[in-house]
Amino acid sequence: MKRNAIITVVAGLIALFLPLGAAGSFLAHPLALALWLVAIAAAVAPQLRALGPAAVAILTTISTALGAAALYRLILAGAIGSDALGIWVGTILLCLMLWRTLQHIAALCAATRGTAIRLAAPILVGLWALILWQIITVGFAIPGVLLPPPSEIGVAIAASLPVLGVDFMQTFVRSMIPGYVIGCGAGLVVGILVDRVPFLQRGLLPIGNLASALPIIGIAPIMVMWFGFDWQSKAAVVAVMTFFPMLVNVIAGLDALGRVEHDLMRTYAASYGQTLLRARLPAALPFIFNALKINSTLALIGAIVAEFFGTPIYGMGFRISTAAGRMDIALVWATVAVAALSGSAAYGAIAVIERSLTFWHPSLRKA
Amino acid sequence: MATMMLEIARPGTRHNPFARLAAGRILPVLVVSLALLAIWYVATIGLNARGALDQYERDERNDWTIAELIADTMRQERPLLPAPHQILVELDKSVLQIAPTSRRSLVYHGWVTLSAAFVGFAMGTLLGIVLAIAIVHVPALEHALMPWIIASQTIPILAIAPMIIVVLGSVGLVGLLPKAIISAYLCFFPVAIGMVKGLTSPDPLQLDLIRTYSATEGQLFRKLRFPAAIAFLFASLKVAIALAIVGAIVGELPTGAQAGLGARMLSGSYYGQTVQIWAALIVAAIVSGLSIAAVGLAERVTMRAMGSAP
Repeated sequence: MKRNAIITVVAGLIALFLPLGAAGSFLAHPLALALWLVAIAAAVAPQLRALGPAAVAILTTISTALGAAALYRLILAGAIGSDALGIWVGTILLCLMLWRTLQHIAALCAATRGTAIRLAAPILVGLWALILWQIITVGFAIPGVLLPPPSEIGVAIAASLPVLGVDFMQTFVRSMIPGYVIGCGAGLVVGILVDRVPFLQRGLLPIGNLASALPIIGIAPIMVMWFGFDWQSKAAVVAVMTFFPMLVNVIAGLDALGRVEHDLMRTYAASYGQTLLRARLPAALPFIFNALKINSTLALIGAIVAEFFGTPIYGMGFRISTAAGRMDIALVWATVAVAALSGSAAYGAIAVIERSLTFWHPSLRKA
Repeated sequence: MATMMLEIARPGTRHNPFARLAAGRILPVLVVSLALLAIWYVATIGLNARGALDQYERDERNDWTIAELIADTMRQERPLLPAPHQILVELDKSVLQIAPTSRRSLVYHGWVTLSAAFVGFAMGTLLGIVLAIAIVHVPALEHALMPWIIASQTIPILAIAPMIIVVLGSVGLVGLLPKAIISAYLCFFPVAIGMVKGLTSPDPLQLDLIRTYSATEGQLFRKLRFPAAIAFLFASLKVAIALAIVGAIVGELPTGAQAGLGARMLSGSYYGQTVQIWAALIVAAIVSGLSIAAVGLAERVTMRAMGSAP
């Protein structure tokens, strides 16, 4: 562990004396210098004195953040491009420091069972990815059409909120949600109906399995032709895309109830409907939620891609394709960010409902 | 499975050949397929009747019969819904009659799409396996990366396909690679998740046994973890190859309809050539089905070579 401390100090000091391009050197920027020295000290401290694992994790996190702030300050001062060697040595050092932080957090995870600790590592990695993205795009002066820095995307989001809102309403609320409800609902109903006829079930299951693997998205141009340019055609694409995964999962799920439970229902003299409602559908819930989760991402993709084949002049797919054509890449990324956020939120909402309804399932029970 | 066995064992049905067929899989699938085909034909008549009637009106024909009307719904050049045999004729024309190197051949377009899908599939699979190996061996990565791998799939990647194509095009990357990158992004997820599951599937008893042999970490991986993961890997690969083809098709949409199945669909939708769209769609379905079957075949060969039950 002492070796790590020596590497950190040596690399940190080397970075101090490397050229920084237009910014001159570290010594010309007292604020950055101070931040950098504190960061190095905070990174090395845990290796010189014995501290608790939580204190170590927090200390290393803080040191990485301070180091990133120092480097970014220098980049803004003009330390740009490949001749600003100090920045890149510093960035690599910071990556190594983050790596050690992650190891400390993993050790903490193994020792305790808190949710906050479990969330810490992925959040840190996500934040670090953003910081690295910013440092590299600004530091290497990467052209905005190629990859805009996150700050520019943030500005684009703030500047075009009304446009993004209209697009969201069109694609998510008006196209995707009706299609999703119709497709999943139809899959559920057909699955239950088919379940009463084993012959149909055996015939539909392989066909449904095949259909869920096919590039159904290809029907988008046909649906646009049938239902016009507005949301109806997008909802139709989404409905067809979500139908088959739901059908297959419902058929599999209705088979999931064990013999013993079936026999128990029979001893209660339960009718078909009662067995279905009280035993078989609840047993099928994990399968149904599996389909709902798969479908939530499929549906958003379907709604957006269907817009490439013709739309009114709003909608996320329209915005992405036209903004990409005009090389307004920041707006494209802003739309993608909105799509990703709403997709993740939909997925998360379904996962939360799943947790509350299938709490009895072995995969969710606490050990 | 349990219900199937029961039905076969029921007395009385054992000697009825139809009942035995009905309990199998081939007959039900056949019947359902035929029913779907029949529904398709009925829908063809229903959807195209308006177009045929309009045509009669323009020709000022009043002496048409129902039989003529039905025949005419399946003979239009740009029907709302082409009849299956119209698609078959188009497939015969564009697959069998035209040389596969011609730009009007669907074999050519299918190959353009498939080659991009295969390259992307290879890249995505490799990335997925490497990620899974890293995650299984480095605990810090498991906590930090796993949530992001799952979150990566809630991002509608296909939606940014046009941007990826345009951006890569502006730095001079055109043709196969941009599409392959989209395919790879879609592929890596099922492979990574499946491999993590597979590599961690050996139970503690097996791990302990290997450790009593004082195996190194590398030997543990080669002799236990990797063989145990093979079955999981192939299950993931079947999902991944289907996704790769979808990715390649969507990747072709923004390139301005140059080549590939997606481009055929797009140009078909520009010019109202419904038969062309359907033909491209059917070829995409066949290509996708054959690729999945090929992975299934590779699975069977590998599993047999590894000595597990066929």
